[in-house]
Amino acid sequence: MKLDLLTSLYVFMLAAFIGFEVIRRVSPLLHTPLMSLTNALDAIAVVGAIILAGVVHERHALLAKILGTIAIVAATSNIVGGFLITDRMLKMFKASGPKKP
Amino acid sequence: MTNLPNTDIIIETTYLIATALFILALKWLSSPTTARRGVFAGELGMLLAVAGTLLNREIVEYKWIAIALVLGAVIGVPLGEVAMTAVPQRTALSHAFGALCVTLVGTAEFYLRAPNVPPFLMAVLSMEVILGSLTFTGSLMAAGKLQEVLPQRPITYKGQNFVNLGLLGIAIIVAGVLVAHPEKMYLFPAIVGIPLLFGVMMIIPIGGADMPTVISLLNSYAGLSAAAMGFVLDSKLLIIAGALDGASGFILSVNMSKAMNRSFSNVLFGAFGQEQAGPAAAQQARPVKSATPEEAAAILAAANKVVIVPGYGMAVAQAQHKVRELYDALTKRGVDVKFGIHPVAGRMPGHMNVLLAEADIPYDKLLDMDEINGDFPQTDVALVIGANDVTNPAARTEASSPIFGMPILDVDKARTVMVIKRSMAAGFAGIDNPLYYLDHTLMLFGDAKSFVGNIVRELTGGGGHG
Repeated sequence: MKLDLLTSLYVFMLAAFIGFEVIRRVSPLLHTPLMSLTNALDAIAVVGAIILAGVVHERHALLAKILGTIAIVAATSNIVGGFLITDRMLKMFKASGPKKP
Repeated sequence: MTNLPNTDIIIETTYLIATALFILALKWLSSPTTARRGVFAGELGMLLAVAGTLLNREIVEYKWIAIALVLGAVIGVPLGEVAMTAVPQRTALSHAFGALCVTLVGTAEFYLRAPNVPPFLMAVLSMEVILGSLTFTGSLMAAGKLQEVLPQRPITYKGQNFVNLGLLGIAIIVAGVLVAHPEKMYLFPAIVGIPLLFGVMMIIPIGGADMPTVISLLNSYAGLSAAAMGFVLDSKLLIIAGALDGASGFILSVNMSKAMNRSFSNVLFGAFGQEQAGPAAAQQARPVKSATPEEAAAILAAANKVVIVPGYGMAVAQAQHKVRELYDALTKRGVDVKFGIHPVAGRMPGHMNVLLAEADIPYDKLLDMDEINGDFPQTDVALVIGANDVTNPAARTEASSPIFGMPILDVDKARTVMVIKRSMAAGFAGIDNPLYYLDHTLMLFGDAKSFVGNIVRELTGGGGHG
């Protein structure tokens, strides 16, 4: 338990550093799509919700099922909506045509 | 029994690949040429991770999962197809949904585990539900304000910060008690309920122009709450996705607060709705020069270099397509046209870029503040459309001005400045803009869309002087 926790903290720290380095390079031009994309990726929380809703619990089974199901709906709408709108936005960004061969 | 570890390995492998794909997705987003590949990588990672999760042998019932996935997709599609002008409120709404998911899972996890919750787990669980629930109501409020369902005007009262910080403080104290005594299960609703209330109170004093900062901040909170959920569920994938989202929101919040010259702590501690600069001092009517569309068109046609500075007013007037026609008409005459975009123009980071890209303006013509500011002295005409405070030279010169120190677009350095504006009313910050009274400034009074349309008609239809 203690070691797991420490590993998790390492993972969080490294991911935060990678996040800073990668996202710093995103041009301000694309900050709106950046936000909608990270939002869609964040909805990976659906994984936790699926397990919550699908696994048999000895106590509070109904509570877990109801909350888990609603959570899946919320996260899935973010996944589908987030990827859709990000792609729609990015499709619109075009370089000035004639200048490029 | 022998089979079980195999499935686990498959599941964990999908998570590992998904993690790599998520990081690549963000990396590819750095340039418009590779960005769409990034979306694809994200989708693939998501698909893998969800498919892997469904393999989990402990999942016994798929009916409700399937129904929920379909229902979520049905809600998600229209949210993915909103008009580009509605993107800020859509984004706020999606932060609310993400936070809702995290809060609900956290709540269920608490009741499934209580009263045997180890201290560290209880601490991250508290963080998960506190951040989750305040982000949920805060984002709903922000979406409501952006959609203009709720009044956009900031509502302030005496002791507001005290009340807000007090609420947050109580929630944190209750969480502390729960960490020490997880068996006091009756306390748990408080660390969901109080932050829900705090989320509402936090957004009440926020006005429209503060929205870019607030949305970024809520984005960061949503990410951090998801990372906390990853700690609770011991899911590395979720920790990483949450950390990436949290980092992204954090970077954007810092950018936005810099662009508004607010310290980050000022933003963090609910002081967005800054002390409203006292009632604007009675202003004597100063003379301004105004011009007609015909005059504006003539000046633009004679220019070599034009910089257009759009603001939220352009979005409100839905003028971006007319602006595109203006861009075409001028470019056809050999005029060099660029766009200067302030980081906080609009209602969310990057808002103006998306609207202009939608109107088919090439992205290499959209320059951010640092790139364009050096160009203004060589610019013949700076055309300001629906922007105000971000062009106010008082931010550079008048130490007494509430926006002093805020980085602005130096439009006043252009040879001629033209400002399209409905009336002489002050901008969001309620501050008079000296730009309007300069000798080389022409005020173009009218609705942005129709005024730009009239200029375009002069430029194209006129044919010389006729």
